[in-house]
Amino acid sequence: MSSDNEGTTSSSESEGADSVKGNATLEFIENLSDVPMGRLPSNIEFQRTRVDCKADAPIHTDTFQYSGAYSSMRVENSFLDNFCDNFRVEVIRLTEDEMEFDMIGIDPALANAFRRILISEVPTMAIEKVLIANNTSVIQDEVLAQRLGLIPIKADPRLFEYAENNTASEKNTIVFKLDVRCERSGQRLSVKSKELVWLPNGSEFPLESQDSKTGLSSKPKTYTSFTCSQDSLPEFSGNPISPALGDILIARLGPGQEIELEAHAVKGIGKTHSKWSPVSPVWYRMLPEIVLLEDIEDQLAEKLVAVCPVKVFDIEDIGKGKKRATVARPRACTLCRECIREGKGWENAISLRRKKDHFIFNIESSGVFPPEVLVTEAVKILEDKCDRVISDLS
Amino acid sequence: YRYSAPIKVDVEYIQGSHDQKTRVEKKGVVIGRMPIMLRSCSCTLYGKTESELAKLGECPLDPGGYFIIKGNEKVLLMQEQLSKNRIIIDMDKKGNLNASVTSSSERIKSKTIIQMENQKIYLMLNQFVKKIPIMVVMKAMGMESDQEVVQMVGRDPRYAALLMPSIEDCAKEGIHKQEQALAYLETKVFCVVPLFCYCLGVEGLEVLSGEELHTPYSFLVLFNGNILGKHRKPQHFAAAMRKLRRAGKIGEFVSVFVNEKQHCVYIASDGGRVCRPLVIADKGISRVKEHHMLELKAGVRTFDDFLSDGLIEYLDVNEENNSLIALYEEEATTETTHIEIEPLTLLGVIAGLIPYPHHNQSPRNTYQCAMGKQAMGNIAYNQLHRMDSLLYLLVYPQRPLLTTKTIELVGYDKLGAGQNATVAVMSYSGYDIEDAIVMNKASLDRGFGRCIHMKRYCAVNQKYDNNTQDRILRPNRDGFDSGPMRVLDDDGLAAPGEIIRRNDILINKQVPIVTRGQFKSALNDSEFKSVPQRYDGPQGESCVVDKVALCSDKHNNLCFKFLIRHTRRPEVGDKFSSRHGQKGVCGTIVQQEDFPFSERGICPDLIMNPHGFPSRMTVGKMIELLGGKSGVSCGRFHYGSAFGEPGGHADKVEAISETLVRMGFSYDGKDFIYSGITGCPLQAYIFMGPIYYQKLKHMVLDKMHARGSGPRVSLTRQPTEGKARNGGLRVGEMERDCLIAYGASMLLYERLMISSDPFEVQVFTACASLINLPSRYFPLHVNKPFYDVIPTLPSQKPNIPTLTKLFSHWWTVRILSVFI
Repeated sequence: MSSDNEGTTSSSESEGADSVKGNATLEFIENLSDVPMGRLPSNIEFQRTRVDCKADAPIHTDTFQYSGAYSSMRVENSFLDNFCDNFRVEVIRLTEDEMEFDMIGIDPALANAFRRILISEVPTMAIEKVLIANNTSVIQDEVLAQRLGLIPIKADPRLFEYAENNTASEKNTIVFKLDVRCERSGQRLSVKSKELVWLPNGSEFPLESQDSKTGLSSKPKTYTSFTCSQDSLPEFSGNPISPALGDILIARLGPGQEIELEAHAVKGIGKTHSKWSPVSPVWYRMLPEIVLLEDIEDQLAEKLVAVCPVKVFDIEDIGKGKKRATVARPRACTLCRECIREGKGWENAISLRRKKDHFIFNIESSGVFPPEVLVTEAVKILEDKCDRVISDLS
Repeated sequence: YRYSAPIKVDVEYIQGSHDQKTRVEKKGVVIGRMPIMLRSCSCTLYGKTESELAKLGECPLDPGGYFIIKGNEKVLLMQEQLSKNRIIIDMDKKGNLNASVTSSSERIKSKTIIQMENQKIYLMLNQFVKKIPIMVVMKAMGMESDQEVVQMVGRDPRYAALLMPSIEDCAKEGIHKQEQALAYLETKVFCVVPLFCYCLGVEGLEVLSGEELHTPYSFLVLFNGNILGKHRKPQHFAAAMRKLRRAGKIGEFVSVFVNEKQHCVYIASDGGRVCRPLVIADKGISRVKEHHMLELKAGVRTFDDFLSDGLIEYLDVNEENNSLIALYEEEATTETTHIEIEPLTLLGVIAGLIPYPHHNQSPRNTYQCAMGKQAMGNIAYNQLHRMDSLLYLLVYPQRPLLTTKTIELVGYDKLGAGQNATVAVMSYSGYDIEDAIVMNKASLDRGFGRCIHMKRYCAVNQKYDNNTQDRILRPNRDGFDSGPMRVLDDDGLAAPGEIIRRNDILINKQVPIVTRGQFKSALNDSEFKSVPQRYDGPQGESCVVDKVALCSDKHNNLCFKFLIRHTRRPEVGDKFSSRHGQKGVCGTIVQQEDFPFSERGICPDLIMNPHGFPSRMTVGKMIELLGGKSGVSCGRFHYGSAFGEPGGHADKVEAISETLVRMGFSYDGKDFIYSGITGCPLQAYIFMGPIYYQKLKHMVLDKMHARGSGPRVSLTRQPTEGKARNGGLRVGEMERDCLIAYGASMLLYERLMISSDPFEVQVFTACASLINLPSRYFPLHVNKPFYDVIPTLPSQKPNIPTLTKLFSHWWTVRILSVFI
C-alpha cells in the first residue's frame, strides 16, 4: 500500500511540471509496473467509495463531486457515465405504509435530494382552516385546530390545485365536519379522527353577512363556493375522502361538552408546515460493510459473536477443532462499535465501513400515499427541478 | 376574596352605674376573621378523597399549606434569626471580643453584650446609656470583694490575670460597695427563669458555690440557654434524656447536646431549630428491621409509629454533632449512631427534580433551583377553571423520561413542566454560540414548546356618591368603532371564544360626566361619556377571549374579569433550559430536512452546542441523556435520584450502557449521524438522546420593543423609559463611540440633537427672554425661520442675524439642550 502512495504523489508532482524533461520523467513513472493508471490506487479508491468507521470517529465521509478530482491519476470522476449503467433500485420490503429499498450507484447528494424532497416538497392535503361553531371542551380552539391539522388526509393531492386567491372551490378544498357531543349522563368520550365527516358539497356554515339579505334566493352563501359536489366528480365517486387513520385522538369530552366545527383541507408542502409532509420519517443509511482484516479464531471469535447485539458475526469451523469468526449479516450492523470497543487490537482486526454509493432507504408514509407512489412523486419533482434549471440556463 | 373563619368570643361585662350594676353576657360575638390554611384540619378540603375534591373543583395534587387573602395565595415564609437565650461569641468590626445574648421571654426582649476592649471587660445593655465596667455590675449584684468575684469566675490564675485591668478600672472609679455600684448604675436588675426536672441528677445552682461551678469534672446543664445546674456524668445524663425522648416521655423535638469543649450539656426545646428525622442505630445496626418495613407497606404502621416506637428520631443541628450518621446502612460501623432514612431527602422539592444532581457542579444545581420556578407547565388539574392574573401553561407537557423519587412523591410526573426533547450535542450553523440552541421547525409544527399565555384584565362598573353609576352599552354593529367592537356580545362585554386583537374593545362602558355633588335619579344619554376599555396585547398577534367572570368587589360594585388567552409557538429568542441550570435562547429555527438524522431515522428536536459542557461540568445532564435514551429504547422510566445509586434509586451508568448496547446503540450514547444538508455522514459520532427541556417564561414577544418617536417626559422633554411607556432606547456612551468611530456624524447629530429634547420657543428681541405663551399667539407660526442657538442668559443677546421688520418683535428659537 505504501508503494502505491509514493507512486501517486510522485505522479501528481510531475503532472505539474511543464517542461519536456518533466514529461519524460512522467512517462518513465507511468511505465513503471506498480503504477496503476486508469484506475485509482486502492487506498484512494477506498477513500472515495467507503466511509471508514473508526472507534473514535468516522473518516473519509465526504465525496468528491468534481469530475476532475482525480485527473492527476488519469481517472475521470464524472458521475453520469457510471450512473446510467450501474444505477439500480432493489425493493427489500414493501407494506401498505412502509417501504425499504436499496438505491445503488448514486451519490449521497442525490440520495439526500430524494430524502429532502420526500420530507418537504411532495404535496399533500391537510387541514388549514378550522371554523369553530362551538367548542365547550377543555381543549382550546387553536390547539384543537393544530391537532386537526396534523391528521393525514387520504386524498390524492394531484387532483387538487393550490388554493391561491383564497376562494375555496371544489378544486382546491376538502371540507370536513366534526359534530360530536358527550351526553350529560354519559361517560367521557374520546373523539377520534374517524368522526370527521367529509362534506362533498362544501361548507354548510352560512356567511354571516349574507343571511338576511339573500334570504330566500336559491341557496345561502357559505364559506366555500363549490360549483358542484365533489362526489359527483369521477375521481371521488367510488373513493370517498377520509382521514388516513381513523383512530387518531383529537379530543376528549366530558359529560355535557360538545364540539361543532368545520375543517377545510388544502394542498400544501411540508416546507410550509410539517402537517403537509407525507412521511413520518424518511431516512437512509449507507450499506454497512464489515471486513475482518485479521483472522479471529477460537475464544476470541466466540467473544466477538457474543459481543455484537445484532448478531453480525458468525463462527465457521475450519477443521482441527479450530473456529474462525466470519461476517454473516453485515446489513444488520447498527454501528454500535461494541466489537471494536476493547482496544486497538480489535480496531485493527475489524474494519467497519459504509459504502458511499449504496443507500438503504426507509420510507414510512403517513398514510396519505402508498410509499412507492411517494418515491415516483419525488422523482417527478426532482425532474421538474432539473428541467427548471436547464430552461433557466438556456 | 378571603378564605377565613370568624373569630367568636363570649363577652361578659358589667353595665350601669354603681347602684344598678348588671352583668351582661354576650355569646359568639364576632371580633374578626382569621384566615384558614388550605387543607388544614379547619379547612373544608381536609380529609377529602380525590373524587370528592374533583367534585368541588379542587386539584387533588394541591398540597395546600397556604392562605387565600384578598384573592391571592399567601404563604408563611421562614426567616433566619439569631438564636434567642444563647451566648454567641464573636469578634466585632474593631476586633473586640463580644459575648452577646438576646434574652427573650413572653414579655420582654433585651440584648446583653459583654465586650472586651483594651483588655477591660464591659457590659452593654440597652437600658444603660454607655458601657459599664464588669466589676461595677458584679459589685452591684452583691459581690463586694474582688476575691469573691475572682472565685466565682474560677480559681485559675489565668482568669485572675484577665480580670486585673477591669478590677483596676473599677477601683479608679472609686466604687467599692454595692450601694455605690447601684448608684453608678442607677437602675435595677434581674429576674429568674422556671426550672426543669432535677430527677436525673442535676445539682441545682442554689446548692453550689462559685467554686464548685468550675470543677473540671462536672458539666454545666443548660436548658434553652438558662443554667439549670451541674451534672457529674454528662454522657449518662444525655443518654437518659434521649431514652426519655425515644420513649415519648418528653417532646420529640427536644435536643440533647453534650459539648465536651465547653463542659456543657445543652438541652433545647424552643422553636426555630431545624430538625431532621433519622433512623436510630445501635452500634451500627439499624433499629428498623425488615418486618417494620413490611408493616409499613401493609399500611399497619405509619411514620408516627416509627417515631413513637423509638425507631426514628429527630435531631437538630447541635445534636447532629454528637452523632455519627451513616449515609447508607452498609456503611454503618460500630460507632454509628444513626442512619439516613434515604439520602435523597437531603434535597427539597425543587432540587429534587434534578436528575443525578450529585454528578453536577454544585452552582449548576443552585441555578436550576432558581430556574425551575420559571418553567412553564401545568399548575393544577383545575388550572383552566382559575382566574389567575398571569398564567403560563404548556400545551403538551410531558413526564420526564429520567425521573427521581422526589418527582414521584411531589406529583411532578402528573403535572409536568417540560418536554422530552431529543438533543444532539453538536455545533450547527453558528447560530448556536453562547448557549443558543438550534430548533427543528417540524418539531415546533408538531407542538414542541408550544405554550399558552393567559392574562386577566379587569373592569369595574363603578357606583358614585351622587347615586349615579357607570353603564355598559350594546355595541354599535355598524358605524363608528364597529370594527374594534367586533368581539363584543350584545351585553357589551367581550364574548368568550372570540379572537381579539390589540385595540379591540373589551367592554363598552360609559361613565357619567358628573359624579359628585347632588343626588341624581335618571341620567340622559348626553350625561354620559364613553370610556371603552381596549385590549393592549401584543401588536399583530391574535389572542382569544378565554373566559369572562362577573363578581362584586368590596364596595359592592359589579366587577368584570376577562381572561385573554394567547397560544404561542417558540420563536427565535425564546428561552429554554434543561434541568441542570443550562439555559439558552433559541438561536435559529431550521427546517427538518436540513437537520441531521441518525441511522435509525431519528432527527433531533434541538441541537445544543458542546461548548456548554466543559466549563459547566454538568455531568448529570450527560447521564440524563444516556438514561433517557436507554429509557425510550427499553420502555422503562429510569431514575436519577440524588445519591441514589447504592440504594437503587438511581440507575448506574454501567447498567444504562449495557441497555444501550443491547438495543444496538453505542455504549457511550454517540450515534453515527448523516448531515441533512450534504447527505454525507458527519466526521464525528454525535452524542444524541432525550433530555427533559423546560420552556422558561421569558419570551421575546413580551420583551421586544422599539420606537421611532413617541411620548416624552414633560419635565425634561426627554423620551420616556421602559416598554410599558413606549419608551425610547438610549444611544449611550458606547453607542456614541461607535458612531464617532464609524464617522456617521449626521446620524450622531440627529440622534443627539434633534431626536433628543429640542423644543421651540419664542424669544423677545428686546430683552432676549423666553415668551411662555401658546404658539397660537404667534401669527407667523407657519413658515417661520429656525435658528439653532444655545440658551444664553437673558442679558446677553443671542448672536443672530438681524431679521426683517416682520420678525422684529420676537424670534422663534429651537433650543437644543444636549451636550456631549
